[in-house]
Formats: sequence, structure tokens, C-alpha cells
Amino acid sequence: MSLENLYREVILDHYRHPRRRGTLEGDGVTVVDLKNPSCGDHVTLYVRQEGDRLAEVRFKGEGCSISMSSASMMSSQVEGLTTEEAAGLVAVFLRLVQGEAIGEAWEEKLGDAVALRGVSQFPVRVKCATLAWKALEQALARGSGVRPSR
Amino acid sequence: MSTRPWTPRDIRSDFPILDQMIGDRPLVYLDSAATSQKPRSVIEAMARFYERDNANVHRAVHTLAGRATEAYERAREALRRFIGARSASEIVFTRSTTGSLNLVAQAYARMRLRPGDEIVLTPLEHHANLLPWQRAARETGARLVYIEPTDDLRITEEAIDRAISPRTKIVALAHVSNVTGGVAPIAHAARRAHDVGAAIVVDAAQSAPHMPLDVQALDVDFLAFSAHKMLGPTGIGVLYAKHEHLLAMEPYEVGGEMIERVTLMEATWAAPPWKFEAGTPPIAEAVGWHAALDYLGALGMERVEAHVMRLTALAVEALSEEPGVTVYGPREGRHAVVTFNIGRIHAHDVSTVLDAEGIAVRAGHHCAQPLMTQLCIPAAVRASFYLYNDEEDVARLVEGVRRVKEFFGDVFGESVS
Repeated sequence: MSLENLYREVILDHYRHPRRRGTLEGDGVTVVDLKNPSCGDHVTLYVRQEGDRLAEVRFKGEGCSISMSSASMMSSQVEGLTTEEAAGLVAVFLRLVQGEAIGEAWEEKLGDAVALRGVSQFPVRVKCATLAWKALEQALARGSGVRPSR
Repeated sequence: MSTRPWTPRDIRSDFPILDQMIGDRPLVYLDSAATSQKPRSVIEAMARFYERDNANVHRAVHTLAGRATEAYERAREALRRFIGARSASEIVFTRSTTGSLNLVAQAYARMRLRPGDEIVLTPLEHHANLLPWQRAARETGARLVYIEPTDDLRITEEAIDRAISPRTKIVALAHVSNVTGGVAPIAHAARRAHDVGAAIVVDAAQSAPHMPLDVQALDVDFLAFSAHKMLGPTGIGVLYAKHEHLLAMEPYEVGGEMIERVTLMEATWAAPPWKFEAGTPPIAEAVGWHAALDYLGALGMERVEAHVMRLTALAVEALSEEPGVTVYGPREGRHAVVTFNIGRIHAHDVSTVLDAEGIAVRAGHHCAQPLMTQLCIPAAVRASFYLYNDEEDVARLVEGVRRVKEFFGDVFGESVS
């Protein structure tokens, strides 16, 4: 249960310098607002779709280093993917933070977000890590009729 | 009851749970405002009840039923003594402070409130003393009126006077705030409430554990608190209410245990307090609570209060001097809790680092979201002290806070160093 396993340098870097922070508006933009009522963490996710592709992904919100860095990593990683690919990534991320092995191919697709694997040793913090990904899951379901994974 | 001199170190061994390591650090439990730990005497009293005396209460005539009923009613009498009520019939067992406050709102206030009437409360209330009133207001057309706290979140007599009007029917406020540890002037609020014919409802969840209480001196109409924050078990609380109110109130729940006579078409209720205790009550929990009251009584509530206030003052002082730390609430006169943030580091991150040091604190909105909104913070860290904590625990907390700053210091540059 070492702290360094949880707060990896890449996580603190995303927290310090969030990527894809901002808002989107206009046609084809889905907005999902998600809160973790137990702690007040809050993410608003903006997804602009072109066909079945996630053309742009932005987020705003407030919360702990884990929830905010996770939103930053997720937004960077899924931009440009098809909705189906993005849904697959969400499912894999949810497995990762439960401590499951996901294989190298998926790790590569998750990019920096792999660093969040450490939360699996801190069960009370798993919800922080998954908040933005749950928001994406809802955006995908709402935006294109793609069903949420699982 | 005679009291003996004690120090936290003497009594620490009475609390088995405190003797453990979290990772490689000894546990420092600073979350007693959420729930307190239990001394061996409470745990054993409950085990003994189940091993020897367990039966349902107020029903059968066999020996065990007699013992169980007697033990349950003795606990009620111990609570009467603890708060100085006139009669044990003014002590209603509930499942929690929340249960008690809902009972007042539903069984007393709703019948009494008319459109345009006012319910006076404070923005510092725990959700348990806010949501029942929001609902009562919605259902009756009454209005919520808020007492304005000072900048350092104190509730003053003047602010109470400004909020109470001839339209006031209920004044509902926490005795001690679970966020600031500040004490509200209850006796004053009770006088003002009674001047305009209103009833006063006191949430004593955070005061009963470490203050001597006297409902007659305070002259309150209703007072709610629970066992688990004062060394007792979870699942049981109490509503004190003046007898006249209990006589006038209709039961909130109906069913077994609370009747006088039942026919196929109708029923009449038992006398208070039993008419408010439908169903099998938490019997072993009442027995455990009685043991907790005995334990506190032997130490002396005045001494418990003095000890907790001294530790809280030490912590407030030390944390206020720590660069980058913001302490919320008054500097002085605080009971048990110190709520703070470190720079812009989120409370959850602070709490995780403290946990790695073996220190258990609460992080979040403390069931007081309106107050958090007013302070413009999403969350805060709360450390709370009780009779088993000592100066060393305060020192460990301060050390832990420094470790947090060290760990996250570079995240926001100069903001916390």
C-alpha cells in the first residue's frame, strides 16, 4: 500500500497540467455531468462526435488528484477513437482499476491511464479514478445509441 | 457518581481497537465525530446480554423476557439521568439521531405548521437536521429562515434574535457543529423560541459525547442524539421530548409493541414513550449504551469536556500556524473537531496520505453541503478528538500534515510550502 504506487509522477503531472481541459458546444456535442455524491468530486464531459468517431473530447470539473488526472488521461486517450473502440477502452479501464491483468496490447491503448492501476490497492479511491470514464460511458450511450459496456 | 482521575493513556487499554498498526504505523484514530470507538465494557455488556438475558421486551412473562425488559428500561432510566430529564417517559428510543429528528418533524412539526409559519435553523446544520425540515416546509407551506453565522461561523445570540419572529414555530439547531466544533447558545435560543410560542429542537449528536447535558436547565422541547458517537453501539438513538409534546403527538410508525388495545377495525396507543417504539427495539444496543453511560459517568463528563476542548485547542493552534493550512471556524471554544484544508490539495488526497501514516481522519463534505458551498470549497479534512486521544495524537496529526505538504508540495509550487 505504498503511496508512490498510487500517486505516480505521471498522475501528478496530469493533475498539475490537465490535458483537454475546456468545454465544447454546438451540433453533435454531448454533455454529461457526473458527481460522486460521497466526496463531491465533479466532472462535466464534452464529446463532439463526427459520424461514429469522437472528434473532440474536453472536460471540466473539480476534485482530487486521482479524479482530475484520470479525466485528463481519459480525454487525451479516447479522442479520435470510434465509439466502439472508446467503449472497449472504458471496459478495460474498469477492469484495470479492479486490479485485473489486461495485457500489453490494452495497456498501450490506455496510454498514461495505465498509471492509475495503483488505485486497485486503495479500494476507497477507485470511484475517484472511474468518475470520468463513467461519464464517457454515459456520453457514448446517449450520443450514438451505442450501449454502455456491460 | 464518584469519578476517578484518569489520563488518556490509562484508559487507552480499555479500547481494544486502538491497539493496532495501520501498515507499519500505530493507528491514530481522529474520526470520533463520525463514530467513536467502544470500550471493552460496552462490547462485553452486549455479549453478556446475548449470552444470558436475550429475549424480546414487554411481551412474554418468562424469566428471560423479564430480564430483557428490565435491562432495556434501566437503560432508559440511565439516559434520563444523563440528560437530567424529569421522567423516563420523556425518553424515546429511536434508531439514530436522524431517526429522532425525523420523528419530531413528522409527528410533531407537520401537525403544527401552517402556510406562512417559519422554521428557524442555521446553515451549519448536518443534513439530518436540515432535510426533515425542508420536507416539513414543503409539505405544510412553512418557510425556512436561516440564522446568519459570523464570518468565523459562530452562532451568536444577536443572530438568533434577528432570525426569530412571531411567525416562528420551530427553532432547530445543532448544539455543537460537526464541521466547526462551535457551540450554539441553546438556552438563549430556547428562551427566544418560547417567547414567541415556538418549540426548540436540538441536534445534540456532537455535544452529548463530551458535554454534561441538562435538558431542564437548557429548557429545550426536543433533544436528539445517538449512542455510537459516545462509546455505545450503532443502531440506537434517542429523542428526548417534554411529556406534554409526547402526549399530543401521534405515533409516526404503528405496529407491534406500541399498542394499548387492537380490534379488527381500530387500535389505541400505549402511553409515551412506548407509543413511539413500534416493532422490536434495539435491546442489546440499549444495554451497550447503558454500559457506555456508566463508563462516561465514572470518568466525569466535565473532565471529558475539558480534555477534549484542550486537545482541540492545541490542534487548532498548531494547524493555524502551519503555513498553507486553512482552519475553518472559530479559533476558540471549540469542541472536538478541527476542519481544515492544505493549500489547494484535495481533502481526499490529504486523507490518503494521512492514512498511510496511520492517521484516520474524515475527508469530504461532512453532510453539510450548503456550508461547503458557502465556504466555496468542495471538501475539507476533519480531525476529531475524544477521551482516548492525547497530545501525542495531535503531534502525529501535525507531523502528518507536514508529510502531505512534502508529498504534494511540488504540485502547486509555492501555494503550500
